[in-house]
Amino acid sequence: MANTQLTPGVVSGRLAPEAYRDNFADKAPPLTAHEAAIAADRCYFCHDAPCVTACPTSIDIPLFIREIATGAPRAAARTILDQNILGGMCARVCPTEQLCEVVCVREVAEGRPVEIGRLQRYATDTLMAEGAHPFTRAEPTGRRVAVVGAGPAGLACAHRLAMKGHAVDLFDAKPKAGGLNEYGIAAYKTVNDFAQAEVEWLLGIGGIAVHNGKALGRDISLDGLRSDYDAVFLAIGLGGVNALRAEGEEKSHVRDAVDFIAELRQAEDLSSIAVGRNVVVIGGGMTAVDAAVQSKLLGAETVTIVYRRGREAMGASEEEQHLASSKGVRIVTGAAPLRILGEGAVEAVEFAYTKETEAGLDLTGETFRLKADQVFKAIGQSLEGAPEGLALSGRKIAVTGPGRTSLAGVWAGGDCAQGGDDLTVTAVAEGRDAAEDIHATLMGEG
Amino acid sequence: MADLRNDFVGIKSPNPFWLASAPPTDKEYNVVRAFRAGWGGVVWKTLGEDGPPVVNVNGPRYGAIYGADRRLLGLNNIELITDRPLQVNLDEIKSVKRAWPDRALVVSLMVPCTEEAWKAILARVEDTGADGVELNFGCPHGMSERGMGSAVGQVPEYIEMVTRWCKANTRMPVIVKLTPNITDIRLASRAAHKGGADAVSLINTVNSITSVDLDLMCPEPTIDGKGTHGGYCGPAVKPIALNMVAEIARDPETRGLPISGIGGVTTWKDAAEFMALGAGNVQVCTAAMTYGFKIVQEMISGLGDWMDRKGFSTLSDFTGRAVPNVTDWQYLNLNYVTKAQIDQEACIKCGRCYAACEDTSHQAIGMTPDRRFVVKDEECVACNLCVDVCPVEGCITMRRLAPGEVDARTGKPVPAEYGNWTMHPNNPGTCAAE
Repeated sequence: MANTQLTPGVVSGRLAPEAYRDNFADKAPPLTAHEAAIAADRCYFCHDAPCVTACPTSIDIPLFIREIATGAPRAAARTILDQNILGGMCARVCPTEQLCEVVCVREVAEGRPVEIGRLQRYATDTLMAEGAHPFTRAEPTGRRVAVVGAGPAGLACAHRLAMKGHAVDLFDAKPKAGGLNEYGIAAYKTVNDFAQAEVEWLLGIGGIAVHNGKALGRDISLDGLRSDYDAVFLAIGLGGVNALRAEGEEKSHVRDAVDFIAELRQAEDLSSIAVGRNVVVIGGGMTAVDAAVQSKLLGAETVTIVYRRGREAMGASEEEQHLASSKGVRIVTGAAPLRILGEGAVEAVEFAYTKETEAGLDLTGETFRLKADQVFKAIGQSLEGAPEGLALSGRKIAVTGPGRTSLAGVWAGGDCAQGGDDLTVTAVAEGRDAAEDIHATLMGEG
Repeated sequence: MADLRNDFVGIKSPNPFWLASAPPTDKEYNVVRAFRAGWGGVVWKTLGEDGPPVVNVNGPRYGAIYGADRRLLGLNNIELITDRPLQVNLDEIKSVKRAWPDRALVVSLMVPCTEEAWKAILARVEDTGADGVELNFGCPHGMSERGMGSAVGQVPEYIEMVTRWCKANTRMPVIVKLTPNITDIRLASRAAHKGGADAVSLINTVNSITSVDLDLMCPEPTIDGKGTHGGYCGPAVKPIALNMVAEIARDPETRGLPISGIGGVTTWKDAAEFMALGAGNVQVCTAAMTYGFKIVQEMISGLGDWMDRKGFSTLSDFTGRAVPNVTDWQYLNLNYVTKAQIDQEACIKCGRCYAACEDTSHQAIGMTPDRRFVVKDEECVACNLCVDVCPVEGCITMRRLAPGEVDARTGKPVPAEYGNWTMHPNNPGTCAAE
């Protein structure tokens, strides 16, 4: 081991080989059957349960937990997957502490919710471990639908369409399907290549042809798809990364956090990933936390998240912030970057404290510098490469109802479309609902 | 500090908590452990007549049902009476009684229905120095097929006959243990009383199949692909036992007959309830089998604490105090009008009261979009289901309407005077009775 946490610059192999395995182990290990039984017993089977209302995919949570409690985890998984075909991934990455679990009546009463997320994982893992796909396709309709983007929205839409008997071509620019599940989530949240396993399992429905390496605007065009298919669903995500607009942003070792996270997820050997000794992450969302925590786990000596507003405004959930703190990441709020300093490569970042004013966020005159040999930009992604002719709403594709765009026969959902939080679970709901609408539209025509 | 000493038909024990005749009391080793833990007395596991001992199955003997978190709520068993030689048991009983003179030691017996058989064994038990005998007329499995146990307990004439034989052949107090597997427990207790029993103890276990193995298609516990009914016990049978104890306690024909209460006693509170309904002490089995002998320490401290709070200095201060309040339905006051009310501060908004009332009762709870649950007095019949299903104790309570207050459901003021079914104008018998 040539390098250590104290080696200057951006280098790989800062840790002993076994440290990588420990650091990137499952963040929340699965429940055993015994633990699941105890956890399930705590559910009150509420009437019109608040957890269901809080779930963007409206999973019947009390029902699936009762199914677990009564020894029928496969039935529980069906209940989950009926509503959310990516229930396995959502069980791992959903911010349950902001959605179903925060409104659990036991959270309200005791400060300790039913462990809905972990129970959902127990059920879906049980079913998926058996390998069989639990859904079957309806009789072929003869209709063909193009789905662009194989992330959560695209996968959910494709699956529902296939179930209804339509033939689906699923295009994605990347070499693998999965979207952010595959490229955009911290490694310790989805171990053992779960994202790919889930995609394979999902495709078990049949009727979905996946075409990787096909980018919209490069290899395929919306016009072409519209003429070749009966309907098109766009789930192209947010391909652009917002710029810092700070002086010196072009210096080396200043990079987009999403690229770093993707590189990490695709790495065969984590010790090959280079990371700085002093890392600064600029931003306040889940991406910032994923980049910061993983930098620390790769052996960075100091990692600091700097966010321009207060903690309460951070996109990262409280639990994510706690996770970062527990891993030794320092979170500085109320400061914005002014300049990236350094000769060629970054050496430090200069920040100014901010203050909230009626007009918006203002910089104060007070500045400070953080030593940095690596800087990650995590200040948000934006829609890139939206096809001509599609109406936008703000910076996203405008939609009405279940994902209908301004163009007939074209639907959109997931992060690229207006409405909803940019969450996996929201994307799944949008993909599913658009599929239902596409189906109704196509069959109505027939 | 409350005095927990117990005198049951002259048998003295430091507290009213006895271990019932059952697997935990089958040998000296267990009984000594029980006494060390603090149990006031023990009813030794049933002895049979001399000769080759009975044999037990060599597969599972117990089946169970569970509540949340796999909490054992009911147990059933197909174990028979002691399968150890009679003399071994008698020697151990003698040894234990000598070492623990302050504890109650009663011996449970079950021999064939002849006076000679009973006479023979009674003499040998007397010789051990035991404090009394309990006649096992309750065991519902195995032994009953051989004309013993509940086969006797289900026929009042047999109960009376055997009790009389025993009273005639021993100076020891005779406690008759009754089976609940009958239609009217009072016939059994009256028979015991007529036969001269010093006391009755009840209930023995209830005929039961706890579950079915759905792979083997066989009742559990399963013995080589077959199952049989067993004796059911544990918290689940407590309500049945309490009712039977109360029925005997308030029966004019057996009034004053001492009762040893058995059936799902798990905590001090269960014991206090049995005793309030007329039991002079209690016997425990399943709770000990579930948690070990140490639970008696909670029973002792809990009962003492409650008695201190209530100002009861001895057990007799509260024994039987609830018996006068057990009555027939026809004497319940129909002019006692209550309405459910929900404490909004305590409510955790689970909505179970709403689901229960809306789906299965009287549609008397309203639900607002922000999950506020409020009782509609005009619909509420005060059935108590909402109270029973609410997970928060004390959140839903029943408020009594004061005399003169208008019942929103009937539109009539609540009468001040007592009025029951026998006086009610809708009762076709009312006029005839006058």
